[in-house]
Amino acid sequence: MPIFYRVSRLFKTFISGILLGLVGAGVLTYSVPAVDLHREPSLMTVQANGGNSEIFRIDLPRDRILVGLVGTDNALPAGLEWPGDELFGNLQAEMFKIRDRNDVVIGVASRLANASEETGPFIEWVLHLPARGTVYLQMNLAASAEGHRSGRMIAGTRDFETLTGTVRERFITDIENEDFSAGERIELITTLIGQLGDEE
Amino acid sequence: MVSLLIGMLVGAALFAAGMYYNPFTGHGSVSPLAVLNEKHLDVTYTAVPGDTILYTDNGESTVNTHPDRVVDLWEPAIVDTRIAVVLLKNSRGNAVGLGIKFSTDSEQTALINSQALVNSAWHIYLPGQGTLLVDQVENYWPYLREIVVPARWSSGDSWKGSFFGIMTQGPGALGTARVSGGTGKFAGMNSEAVESLTARAYSAIDGPVSMHGSLTIILPKATIETE
Repeated sequence: MPIFYRVSRLFKTFISGILLGLVGAGVLTYSVPAVDLHREPSLMTVQANGGNSEIFRIDLPRDRILVGLVGTDNALPAGLEWPGDELFGNLQAEMFKIRDRNDVVIGVASRLANASEETGPFIEWVLHLPARGTVYLQMNLAASAEGHRSGRMIAGTRDFETLTGTVRERFITDIENEDFSAGERIELITTLIGQLGDEE
Repeated sequence: MVSLLIGMLVGAALFAAGMYYNPFTGHGSVSPLAVLNEKHLDVTYTAVPGDTILYTDNGESTVNTHPDRVVDLWEPAIVDTRIAVVLLKNSRGNAVGLGIKFSTDSEQTALINSQALVNSAWHIYLPGQGTLLVDQVENYWPYLREIVVPARWSSGDSWKGSFFGIMTQGPGALGTARVSGGTGKFAGMNSEAVESLTARAYSAIDGPVSMHGSLTIILPKATIETE
């Protein structure tokens, strides 16, 4: 076989390879997701009047990420340099991992509370569920006789964007858990419902 | 067969180079809020994890968490999430508030379209003013292309230069973030915001070295009247 013919065939194969590589890389980049978030099955209860209810749990102390409060010996994590009281006063900032009803971590949350804020005392939660969205909750200051505190959803993003509803926060002591023999738990129970569409 | 394989590798490399050097993608450096004549609130924060109050991620990135003993976000559902707690400062450099930023890599990321998207939410407290939530989609492609990749290619494992970019890409129609007021003078407020990033130095080993972010939040008239 003449050498010119062999080189020419090699060159053609090489060019075909380049085209295949270009197309293959394009198809791969287009079709394979660069980010594939892990999802846990949603554990919701359908409400009789529509909407659904979901329980979010925080086991203490294992789910604590941050405790920021002026003048406390229990700041978390160790080595945290919390800003002085001249700026934040009695602000209590906490961050947690949040779990579903099966005790599987499904997101993170922040809780800000300040009883002496000059524009008015407040307690707020932001729940960030990576695969679903973020929920912004505002709690009533006064707790009920049973020790619960109720509140409402102010805003939501992505999956929660069109929902409205209420939330109940309760603090449970002396829980029993296989991995977590004794401790405390915060439960947030949301009841969310989609807005009705415009009537035609 | 060998020439076909080499050709395919060259083709894939050409595709990657085309994607990286794509001349049709730039990065926004003019805020979509610049054309508005409304009063706005500007705050800045450090984007250097070691200078924050707290920074944590899955513990496997090049960026060190801070403080050292903060828990890692290693569980599968939050492994792509980062949290930063920062002091928010005004233009004079005085601390004016606290910001908690949750960021998660977005499934809408499409590298072929030069989009490395991140869903992020800010929980903000400004003493004497109130609280609010800022929800946004950010595009980190310009940051990766102009800072992170050059730093990795550099023999010194670092990047020095001048970078300014508008990170916010949505969810607002004009590429703005959505703001929901919580308490104080922000109660009931619905507004828009834009976040930008200014960088001067980055290390491929330690992450950001000299970098700060800015948040510009539009204050509707009703909010200003309550001041």
